[in-house]
Amino acid sequence: MSVLVDASTRVICQGFTGRQGSFHSEQALAYGTRLVGGVTPGKGGQRHLGLPVFDTVHAAVHATGADASMIYVPAAHAADAILEAADAGIRVIVCISEGIPVLDMLRVKATLAGTEAVLIGPNCPGIITPGACKIGIMPGAIHRPGRIGIVSRSGTLTYEAVAQTTAEGLGQSTCIGIGGDPIQGLDFVDCLALFERDRDTDAVVLVGEIGGSAEEDAAACIRAHMTKPVVAYIAGVTAPPGKRMGHAGAIITGGAGSAEGKYRALEAAGVVTVRSPAHLGATVAALLG
Amino acid sequence: MNLHEYQAKVLFARFGIPVPRGQVAADLAEVEQAAAALGDGPWVLKAQIHAGGRGKAGGVLTCSDRPALQQAAAGLLGRRLVTAQSGPDGLPVQRLLVEQTTAIARELYLGLLVDRAARRVVIVAATAGGMEIEDFAVAHPEDVLVTQVQPAVGLQPWHGRRLGFFLGLAPAQMPALQALLAGLYRLFIDCDASLVEVNPLVVTTAGDLLAVDAKINLDDNALVRHPDLAALRDPTQEDPREAAARALALNYISLDGDIGCMVNGAGLAMATMDLIKLHGGAPANFLDVGGSASAERVAEAFKLVLTEGKVRAVLVNIFGGIVRCDLIAEGILGAVREIAVGVPVVVRLQGTNAAAGLALLAQSGLAIETATGLDEAADKVVAAAARQEGQR
Repeated sequence: MSVLVDASTRVICQGFTGRQGSFHSEQALAYGTRLVGGVTPGKGGQRHLGLPVFDTVHAAVHATGADASMIYVPAAHAADAILEAADAGIRVIVCISEGIPVLDMLRVKATLAGTEAVLIGPNCPGIITPGACKIGIMPGAIHRPGRIGIVSRSGTLTYEAVAQTTAEGLGQSTCIGIGGDPIQGLDFVDCLALFERDRDTDAVVLVGEIGGSAEEDAAACIRAHMTKPVVAYIAGVTAPPGKRMGHAGAIITGGAGSAEGKYRALEAAGVVTVRSPAHLGATVAALLG
Repeated sequence: MNLHEYQAKVLFARFGIPVPRGQVAADLAEVEQAAAALGDGPWVLKAQIHAGGRGKAGGVLTCSDRPALQQAAAGLLGRRLVTAQSGPDGLPVQRLLVEQTTAIARELYLGLLVDRAARRVVIVAATAGGMEIEDFAVAHPEDVLVTQVQPAVGLQPWHGRRLGFFLGLAPAQMPALQALLAGLYRLFIDCDASLVEVNPLVVTTAGDLLAVDAKINLDDNALVRHPDLAALRDPTQEDPREAAARALALNYISLDGDIGCMVNGAGLAMATMDLIKLHGGAPANFLDVGGSASAERVAEAFKLVLTEGKVRAVLVNIFGGIVRCDLIAEGILGAVREIAVGVPVVVRLQGTNAAAGLALLAQSGLAIETATGLDEAADKVVAAAARQEGQR
């Protein structure tokens, strides 16, 4: 029944009383997410959006039993916020913040390796199980409960895949934006494994982009372990080498990370690829026929 | 952000990494002062630009006397140097580094960078220097060693021993290598670098180690905590449109085609470029206006796209998530009116309030074509660009 988050997930917001935190907490509440409180150091004891504010994540977890957190703190403090959430025992940490220094993320990854915490992001739209739990900045209204898993490195391209699968009448089991940074939490391989195990997911849409080797790793994983169909699109066929295309992670370096190489790897693993982002929904619909 | 060699060498020296004696010069008088300060020649004159391949392009010259030095400096200062990495227009030479020459016994390579897959800082060493490391690693994999540093414990003495023996250094040279590596690693971490490269690392005829070249790239995301390093930025080495875009917090990259693009989200911006190509057109740029695309930002973005004289049509592709499409439409209308856009504009809106946004555009009386689907939008803009081309 969906992946990582569902109607029973108890969510807190770090950076709760800030502008971004407030806005997206309101949106999450309106969507029906079980938001149980938030953290803003120095404002513990106050109430915000009708919910309790805590000074620390530890205090919030102790009082609310939260098992997921969404992080909207400025990039300079985001790595610290992730580590605090992990230490407090948060199971699913969703970091929306964009622009975290790479070396901060190296330290975060090394530290999280010794914990049970799952990190989504940073620099990502978040995770949503339609109709049950929205943690992130995605527009809730384009989603429909359904049986397609979506995993993507890009925010608005995720929305394209969502809108198209919704328009096809398929809907989504869970959508995960893993983010556009070079060092991130969950990667494609982790998400594919989750969708493969999920009884409510029939097929997966994977949206990749140039840079790094996450799509090649995904291809190897699909070839070895995946029984469910996967449809993939890779952005950046026309991107020139050596130029960072917006996302810190989207850069072709030393001949590695090109879209064509990723397409080849995925096709060799039996993935149905589309060269146009407009054809994701129709392709997955035809596949499930 | 890239640093110049002379800036990188100042940082090297600060972290105890041995570099040749040298001085930077912005004009011929300063070149003369540098030569006088460094003592007898010969001297090496190195053009300071943000691109490799300077040696082959005539940007690194050895001069044995003062007149030759002056003549070489006069030939480099103020001109644009075209190298294999600089792009066809080259980059302006505004400063020269004047250095003492080095008596070279061996040239080696050392580089530190973040390995995405390993999620570690890695040290790359090669038994030859002065070449493109990527090409060398493909041709001579056995002559390249990559070793990882665990972030929690940092650089350890065994790293130095492993690298030093691999590079064929003598035991007596190990302390110098250990100190040099420690300096490089500390520099990498303390400055939030994404690349620190010593190419070549020279073993002098006297047996000393010397960083004869120095390259540093810094993590843009970390510059907020390094104002001193951020101040080293040299805008003359950057595409002026890309620099203007950064000042507006827009992501912009100039490309070769004639269809201007304005998109929210980096992935969708790349996808839009791909889509234009698939439909037979060619994108003029990559432009991500970001998630919070306000009317002002849309106007600024339009101006930026149109500064590319080659643009024959513009495609605006917005998936309104948190931002409402009707507000975006108002921004587009304001921009088109304000700057009198003279080329066809196709707008594709999807998401929150898309219908209202498209209606606003349709009722505006301006020559804006609208679309809801991606294929439809690409077809319309490619056709519009072709019509403009036909009218010339």
